Amino acid sequence: MSLRSTVRALPTLFRVGFAEMVAYRAEMLVWVLATTMPLIMLALWSAVAHDAPVGAFDQQDFVAYFLATFVVRQLTGAWVAWQLSFEVRTGTLAMRLLRPVHPMVSYAVENLAAIPLRLVVALPVAIIALVLTGGSRLPRDPLLWVIFFLSLIGGWLITFLANAAIGTLALWTGSSVKLMDVWLAMFMVFSGYLIPVELFPPLIRGAVEVLPFRYQIGFPVELLTRGLDRGAALRLLLGQWIWVGLFLFGVRALWRKGLQRFAAYGG
Amino acid sequence: MTAVARYWRLFRVQVRSSVLLGLQYRADFVLDGVVSLFWTLTALVPLFTVFHLRQTVAGWTFEEALLVTGWFTLLEAILEGAINPSLTAVVEHIRKGTLDFVLLKPADAQFLVSTARFEPWRSTNVITALVLWTVSFVRMGRLPSLPGSLAAALLLVVATSVLYSLWILTVSAAFYVVKIDNLTNLFNSIFDAARWPVEVFRGVIRWVFTFIIPLALMTTFPAQAMLGRLSLPALAWSVVGAGVFAWLARRVWLSSIARYTSASS
Repeated sequence: MSLRSTVRALPTLFRVGFAEMVAYRAEMLVWVLATTMPLIMLALWSAVAHDAPVGAFDQQDFVAYFLATFVVRQLTGAWVAWQLSFEVRTGTLAMRLLRPVHPMVSYAVENLAAIPLRLVVALPVAIIALVLTGGSRLPRDPLLWVIFFLSLIGGWLITFLANAAIGTLALWTGSSVKLMDVWLAMFMVFSGYLIPVELFPPLIRGAVEVLPFRYQIGFPVELLTRGLDRGAALRLLLGQWIWVGLFLFGVRALWRKGLQRFAAYGG
Repeated sequence: MTAVARYWRLFRVQVRSSVLLGLQYRADFVLDGVVSLFWTLTALVPLFTVFHLRQTVAGWTFEEALLVTGWFTLLEAILEGAINPSLTAVVEHIRKGTLDFVLLKPADAQFLVSTARFEPWRSTNVITALVLWTVSFVRMGRLPSLPGSLAAALLLVVATSVLYSLWILTVSAAFYVVKIDNLTNLFNSIFDAARWPVEVFRGVIRWVFTFIIPLALMTTFPAQAMLGRLSLPALAWSVVGAGVFAWLARRVWLSSIARYTSASS
């Protein structure tokens, strides 16, 4: 499993993943429709901000924030936890283990291959958001744009690695879908997906600042729409990548330990 | 033996078999209970946050909105315990082509698939809903009125029927697209909007949530009934609407099943 052969396999893996996405495009569309919750929250928060701004948010700010949330969610999606859980249960993980590419790499590429098609949905929404709210909220500083792209990568990595960590637990428990549900519930509420982090009551906000969820969605969105300054952005970026490191370490350890327990049922 | 008596007996047999099946997985009861309690608690955070910032939203106070959330939680419990399990089983049948065995039986297929599986132990959220209502009324310092409660009870039947009809419509889609875990996802995420009073939404969205996907009827109206604010015409229209919806779902189911081609043979 040399690095060179893995790198050489990447374009092919990506093509396969992309072809799969195109084959199941109807399902992907349904999946995208299922992630319209930011739009519902947009309606809710607009009603809340109808008479007077909420904190530093007026109605326009909510429009910008939640449309950006929708776009960022499309670009940072991963679903390895379900894949792993399924493949462990059915024993098909064995097929992946036979290939001369680390299974985590193949999962990562498959998940990334969905992004081009998701862009087809995300881009129009991004354009609508720009038209509706004007570009005045976007950062002017080029450094902030660099940080934004790094934060997207970091956000995707946290989503993917958390998925992978929970999915790997299926090697012990047989299925970790329930645990993923718990993670997802926390993600929905604490990531800024439903509530901008700024608006949390102080007590909850303290917890949100430490938890990894905010770095999955909230941080890139805030960079785009909330006018963070360099200092704050860099501090958050550091926090995000510390979480990336922790998860990377965790997945590695779990995978090594867990794989020893794997017995391909049926095969 | 009349048809009703026959179906009633069939219903009891189905319930008994799913209870026996459920008793095999006792550990799941605790796990499911904990997970759904956790979901409900985290789902309350947006409510607390919104009302931490505002006294009223779209004319609803915190206590009143809590009633709506209570209804949402109750319906979610019904969905989890009585509707979801059966219908997931249908999808499995469609995918594997084993729906043939159901269709061959000398009873109505929709009845058979809808009663195939009950998992009442998944309905721990019923208790959560009762707690939410109690908290709400205690904080308001009053009791729900008697006619209001009766209307709410009627609306519970109406809401369950609408929920079931919506589900049948979703499952009918499985005959066309087969892979349904996505569709359940879609259903759940739309249903999630029922957590909020429908007045929160404006324009087209409110219209859709009242008439096309009648979320308002499922959670907002019952909560209003409990508060004694629901008008009689609205109640009457809800019953009619639910009837129309059930009829529509039945038609769609029948035409979908006509399209079914066994996958295996």
